[in-house]
Amino acid sequence: MNRTFLFLVLGSIAVFASGAIEGEVQKQALNMSAIVMFLIFVSATLGITYWAAKRTKSAKDFYTAGGGITGFQNGMAIAGDYMSAASFLGISGLVYMKGYDGLIYSIGFLVGWPIILFMIAEPLRNLGKYTFADVASYRLRQTPIRTLAASGSIATVVLYLIAQMVGAGKLIELLFGLNYEVAVILVGVLMILYVTFGGMLATTWVQIIKAFLLLSGASFMAIAVMAHYDFSFGALFTHATELKGIAIMSPGGLVSDPISAISLAIALMFGTAGLPHILMRFFTVSDAKEARKSVFYATGFIGYFYILTFIIGFGAIVMVFKNPAYLDVVKNAVDGTSPILGGSNMAAIHLSHAVGGDFFLGFISAVAFATILAVVSGLTLAGASAISHDLYASVIKRGNVDSMKEMRVSKIATVILGIVAIIMGIMFEKQNIAFVVGLAFAIAASANFPILVLSMYWRKLTTRGAVVGGSLGLATAILLVILSPTVWVKILGYKTAIFPYEHPALFSVAVAFIAIWFFSITDKSENAKEEQEAFEAQYIRSQTGIGAEGASH
Amino acid sequence: MNKELVEKIKNDPNYQELVSKRSSFSIKLTIAMLAVYFAFILTIAFKPALLGTPLSADSVTTVGIPVGIAVIIFAFILTGIYTKRANTEFDDLTNKIKNAIKEH
Repeated sequence: MNRTFLFLVLGSIAVFASGAIEGEVQKQALNMSAIVMFLIFVSATLGITYWAAKRTKSAKDFYTAGGGITGFQNGMAIAGDYMSAASFLGISGLVYMKGYDGLIYSIGFLVGWPIILFMIAEPLRNLGKYTFADVASYRLRQTPIRTLAASGSIATVVLYLIAQMVGAGKLIELLFGLNYEVAVILVGVLMILYVTFGGMLATTWVQIIKAFLLLSGASFMAIAVMAHYDFSFGALFTHATELKGIAIMSPGGLVSDPISAISLAIALMFGTAGLPHILMRFFTVSDAKEARKSVFYATGFIGYFYILTFIIGFGAIVMVFKNPAYLDVVKNAVDGTSPILGGSNMAAIHLSHAVGGDFFLGFISAVAFATILAVVSGLTLAGASAISHDLYASVIKRGNVDSMKEMRVSKIATVILGIVAIIMGIMFEKQNIAFVVGLAFAIAASANFPILVLSMYWRKLTTRGAVVGGSLGLATAILLVILSPTVWVKILGYKTAIFPYEHPALFSVAVAFIAIWFFSITDKSENAKEEQEAFEAQYIRSQTGIGAEGASH
Repeated sequence: MNKELVEKIKNDPNYQELVSKRSSFSIKLTIAMLAVYFAFILTIAFKPALLGTPLSADSVTTVGIPVGIAVIIFAFILTGIYTKRANTEFDDLTNKIKNAIKEH
């Protein structure tokens, strides 16, 4: 068995998340049914934005949709926030290419959710108001902790946005026949409209609708594939192995050395629990009970979605692979491996055509676009909140700011982030951005997560420990990614990487926890003593919700 | 929350019961999830052939397929078990604690 391992997985995190399509893409002819369905989606969501704008009157409405979203709705919105176009096209493409390895990959993205439920969701809901920095700084000094948490959030958001914008531009160019720049500007402008006018309420409904469309479309494809084989997995797998060989049924080269396997697992688990746009969703529900239900439903939807992508990947093997309609004739003449048009990440798109014709292809293309919009809106809102609520209201104005002023700042921040995302999207078009999402997950796992979880559960945490440890975690993650093979060798062109692993999480998370521990227990200041004494009251609130923020409606 | 209230809640047997039951439950479920996931990923790292074994002699489906799907379903079931117990038993205890402070 050829086990060329890890760079595949770890590289692939980046590749998939960074946007489904890598490298040069060929612009397609204008796809009319896709454009019509996309226009329907855009008008519906702009209608919702108009409706939401009338209901967004205070900062609380803007950041949390008034706190009145139900657990089921929030579960759907979380799923809509988390299932990106990259995971839909990337994971089904990975299954199409490597079979079983795609399943391994998607499981890694799912297992963080139970951990979020058991450790994070309730205390987060009970202690926080708008951002996770509210929780981290609950009993610690506001200025340093908020500054650090906001830096971690903004770094994560901007990196993720770059990846989404570049992926979006290439995908839309391919699917709709639009120019790359036009596509990126279109995504940026729509996202700015949703978020500035409709705030969290519009963002939530865009995510819910998108999750519904994506789950319905993917279910239809999976059922259509299974119907061909009388709903027998055995028959589907047998046919697939006849075309691609028996190796697709076993673990291939995805994970091989234990260090890399553990490092990847830590990045995915703790990174998920440190993503600011995900954490922010927990403030949209009324209480801890609804927060729990959110995770339960979200885990169900996301798990179901990954099972569907597995079937879709195999469906593409039997219906798209070696199908002359989808063969990239030019490339096939060069390498003879029967590549499909647009690369393996287009497997699900071609399958939609194979099972449902032009009309369904149009539907799935429009869903892919909607998916990108929903994810970038959630990201931008989280980034804007970090700027307006943490940096502007708490650090610069020391909490003396009225809610209307704060909301105005966050709208300005949204527009700025949107423009930054458009510029970055265009700047990075031809760059190798394979490291970008890996870095975002590493920062979330090494800076955001340790501060958050220790502030909730560890009495002895002090401001000094959190600031030193969180900063070291952040710096280590960035440094190790630069020294890793993806950046040091593939981008900077050196011969061998100084840090041999693709993923730094095992090391950078350990650095963060150890430093937070050491600089907290050796902190003998008066301040530290007060912070430790304040733990009891915080812990009671985190466990019972007594004194927690309620819904505004 | 003032000092007096903190002391009162801290000494409430319902609060002590809530905290000890919930912590041990969360920790057990967290360990269960980590154990299953790491067992899966380390099997792939050390003994991938194990998951590549066919289910039966004439089948191309390997052990890895049901095992992988089972990990996904297991994660979902764990969240269901936690949510159910927390939304009934733990929330009842929380309500008792809240009522006890209101009486004052």
